[in-house]
This record gives sequence, structure tokens and C-alpha cells, in this order.
Amino acid sequence: MTQLALVIDLNVCVGCHACVTSCKEWNTQGEAGPLSDQNPYGKDPSGTFFNRVQTFEVGQFPDTQTVHFPKSCLHCEDPPCVPVCPTGASHKRAEDGIVLVDYDKCIGCKYCAWACPYGARELDEAQKVMKKCTLCVDRIYDVALAERDRKPACVLACPTSARLFGDIHDPQSEVSIAIREQGGYALMPEWGTHPANHYLPRRRTEARVREEDLQRFDNPLKVDGLLPKPATGEPALDDVTSW
Amino acid sequence: MRPAWSVVLLTTLLGAGQGLFLALYGADLSDAARGRASLAPVFVAAAAIGSLALAAAGLAASFLHLGRPERAWRSAAMWRTSWLAREVIALPLFMALVALYGVLHWLGQLQAALVAGALAAAVCVALFVCTGMIYACLKFLQEWHSPLTVLNFILLGCASGLTAATALAASLDPALETGYGVAALVALALAAASRAASLMRNAGLRPLSSLQTAIGVKHPHIAQKAQGAMGGSFNTREFFHGAGAARLAGVRWFFAAAAFVAPAALLALGLPSAAFLVQFAGLLAERWHFFAEARHPQNLYYQAIS
Repeated sequence: MTQLALVIDLNVCVGCHACVTSCKEWNTQGEAGPLSDQNPYGKDPSGTFFNRVQTFEVGQFPDTQTVHFPKSCLHCEDPPCVPVCPTGASHKRAEDGIVLVDYDKCIGCKYCAWACPYGARELDEAQKVMKKCTLCVDRIYDVALAERDRKPACVLACPTSARLFGDIHDPQSEVSIAIREQGGYALMPEWGTHPANHYLPRRRTEARVREEDLQRFDNPLKVDGLLPKPATGEPALDDVTSW
Repeated sequence: MRPAWSVVLLTTLLGAGQGLFLALYGADLSDAARGRASLAPVFVAAAAIGSLALAAAGLAASFLHLGRPERAWRSAAMWRTSWLAREVIALPLFMALVALYGVLHWLGQLQAALVAGALAAAVCVALFVCTGMIYACLKFLQEWHSPLTVLNFILLGCASGLTAATALAASLDPALETGYGVAALVALALAAASRAASLMRNAGLRPLSSLQTAIGVKHPHIAQKAQGAMGGSFNTREFFHGAGAARLAGVRWFFAAAAFVAPAALLALGLPSAAFLVQFAGLLAERWHFFAEARHPQNLYYQAIS
């Protein structure tokens, strides 16, 4: 069983929104498009997005950290949005675990959005159907693209490589190793949705300075000093080599 | 959650229609059990048509909720997993069986009508369960995730339908008026108790999700600084009603008075038509409150614009 997913490294994300704009750019003209905007240049701009970057402040001044938090559909392994759909438009693909909406079947009842605790689904106000992240399903299998480009647009766009993409059911994949070795976690585990997407935690990078880093304990000068010195009456090297 | 008027109307109209049919069929059954055929045909016809009209109005309201109503026919497909799909099947079935019951009764086929009515009553109860379970099955909407949700839909629908039956009986079959009036008062008392129980349960609920579990950071002080959009989004429009705690409390007092106390007084005074209208207004407020009091965990991600 394959379960494609994103792993997002909060320690690396700088909150630049490149994933948001590249996602919108690809998906508004791809199979999922258009992702309509309402009043984009007016007073109350609004629009359909698959991916948003939010920002949180953790701690209290002066001991605070800024956490940039990219948020999109988590492609849950037990997605609560799928069984509630009355038409079958919302479905989870058996072959790769991607949760998708069939825009031709969706009746726009919004029940799936109510059934998603993460708020990952957005109704397209122009098309009146529910939309959500597709993991760029129309790119990742496209053999017309170079192999290195067969990744979701957000992953390719991330300037800090904060977004990893792969199969979390393959223990040797980059994403599985990252989850395993860097403390990857799921959001809102209390609801048993088993999100496929994982997040890597913020980690404090500290320079730890040890005594032996400043002064080598095996300093050859000191080691030499410990060697037995020749007595003053014995011939020195100079006595041997100069005549 | 932001209450959608289409769904508020759908559930209240449907509940009244179902309750009215159950009231009618209950009278018919007790009439038959005593070996009589004393129900005024005009009353039976009016109650059946009334029940159908309320259900049809509810069905019409449900279409207003859909983004693509022209595809509504697809919505029965996933009945194996979706309570919404089950409701979509049960509602037309209920309407068809009520129509069949009414026609058979009008034609004097009382025994056949009793059979059709039994089927309609079974589907009616199933429809109540479907409607309630649409909300009760969403476990992270903790205010709804309770058997009380289903019980409230049933009892409030029955109270509303029995009040309507009392009003119809008052003008079309006065022999039934007292019995219906008493039954309506009993249903009203039961519904009030059940609704009060759910309000008390919800007042003591502790949300399982927090900002800490939402973003996975273990720290008591987390504040949102940006939600990724300045002008709002579907998430801010669909899940926030914008009413403060004071307004919610006001609506709560209003529906306690209008849906329970006032109709009981009007029924006791022998004014069932007025009781039904006041109660229906109260039930609209009750349903608005039902949606508004549910706190969706996704709102944790939309606490501050910037």
C-alpha cells in the first residue's frame, strides 16, 4: 500500500508563501482549476486556495519563537470527510492514498467541510464545488515531465526544502526516515484521523562549546613536554651533527 | 458553526411534517384498535396533505443549501456510509408512503391504509434518525456528538407535529382535539427535558482540541499572528456565526419561551393554531442555536487575521 504525503519541516520553513503561490499557479490552470478569486484587487479579496501559510507566536515576550505553519489537506489515512459524502465525489484513492474530490459529482453540500476537523476544504465560490489539495496528482505521474519535476508544485517551489514528498508507507523513503529520525508528528491526533502529512518540530539550534574544543587534551606540545628530557651533560643533537 | 437558514428550515419543517404524520397515524391506530372508523375523512386528508406540504417545503429548502442543486439526484449514491445519503433516500420514500396512506384512507380502504401507514411510520422514524445522525455522527463537533441530538430531533418534531394536529383537529374533527392537546403537552414536556439535558451537557463540554494539538507545539502560550489571508476565506465564512455569548444566551431564552413555555400556555388556553405558529418560530431559533453553539475545531486555525 502506498500513501503519498507531505512532510513539512517547521524548523526550516521561513513563511515565504512560495508554496502558496506556486500551488495556486499550478492548480488554477491544471486539472483542478480554475481556483476562482472573488474581488482579488478590491476591498475584501477572497479566493480558493489549497494551501495557506499561517504564523503563530509561541511563548511570551521576550522568550518567543515565530512558527510558520503551512496548512493543506493532510490526506488522512482514515479521512472523516470521505464517508459522509452523499454522492461519492469525495474519495480516497486506493493506489496512492490521495484524497480527491470529483468536481463533476460534487453537489456543493459542504458536509465534507463540516466533517474535516482541519478546515482543509474550501468551496469554490464560482464553481460551487468543494476543492482541496490534490498533491498535484496531475503532475506527479506526468511522464512528459522530467523525473525530478514529478513532485507537487509546493515542494518544488520551497526555497528552503522545508517540504518533503514521498510514500510514508515505504520505510526507506525520505519522508519515512524524516518522520522516524526527526520526530515527525501528526496534527490533532485526538480524532483518530491518522493524517498522512506529518510535521517536523522546531528544534533549537545551540552551539555547545566543550572544554576540549577550546584546548586539545592531546595537544602534541603538551604530550612532548611529558617525555623524559635528556640530562644536561648528555650530548645534544647539535653536538652530534656539528663538528 | 454558522447556521445555514436552508438547513434550519429543512430540519424544522421536516420535523413538523413527520410529527404531524405520526400524530395522524397514532389517532388512526387507536381508532382502529377500538374497532371504529370514526376519524373525519376531511381531517385525515388535511393532516396528510399538511404533513406532505411541510415535508415538501423542507425538501425545497434543502435544495437551497446545495451549490449545484441540478446534481442533487446523485446524492443517494453513498447510502452505505453517509447519513446524508440515507436521509436523501428516506425523505422521498416517506412522502410517497404518506401520500399512499392518504389516498387509501380517502378511498375508504382503511385496512390497506393502516398497512401503508405502518410503513410510513417506520420510514418516518428512520428519517428522524438519519436527520439527527447527520449531525450526531461528527465526533469532533462535540456539541452534536451525542444520542441527545437524535432524541431532540424526534421529540421536537413530535411536539411540533402534535401541536399542528391539535390545530387541525380543532376545526376539522373536534372530538380529537382534547386528546391531541394532551399528547402535545406531554411531547412538549419531554422535548423540553431532553433539550435542557443537551444544553446542560454542552455547557460542561471541554474541547478536546486546542491550539497545541492543532499545530503540535507543546507550549501554554500560543497566539496566532496570521491566518494566511487578509480578506477572509471559506473557512472564516462557513464556520463563524459572529454572534457573541450574550446573543447566544438571548436566543436560548427566546427559544425556551417561544418553543416550550408559550405553546404550552396557548395549548392549555385552547388556542392550538397560535401555539403552532409561536412554537415554529421558537423551533427556528432552537435550530439556529443548535448550529451556532457547535464549535468547530478548524476555528482554532482562524483566530487572528494578522
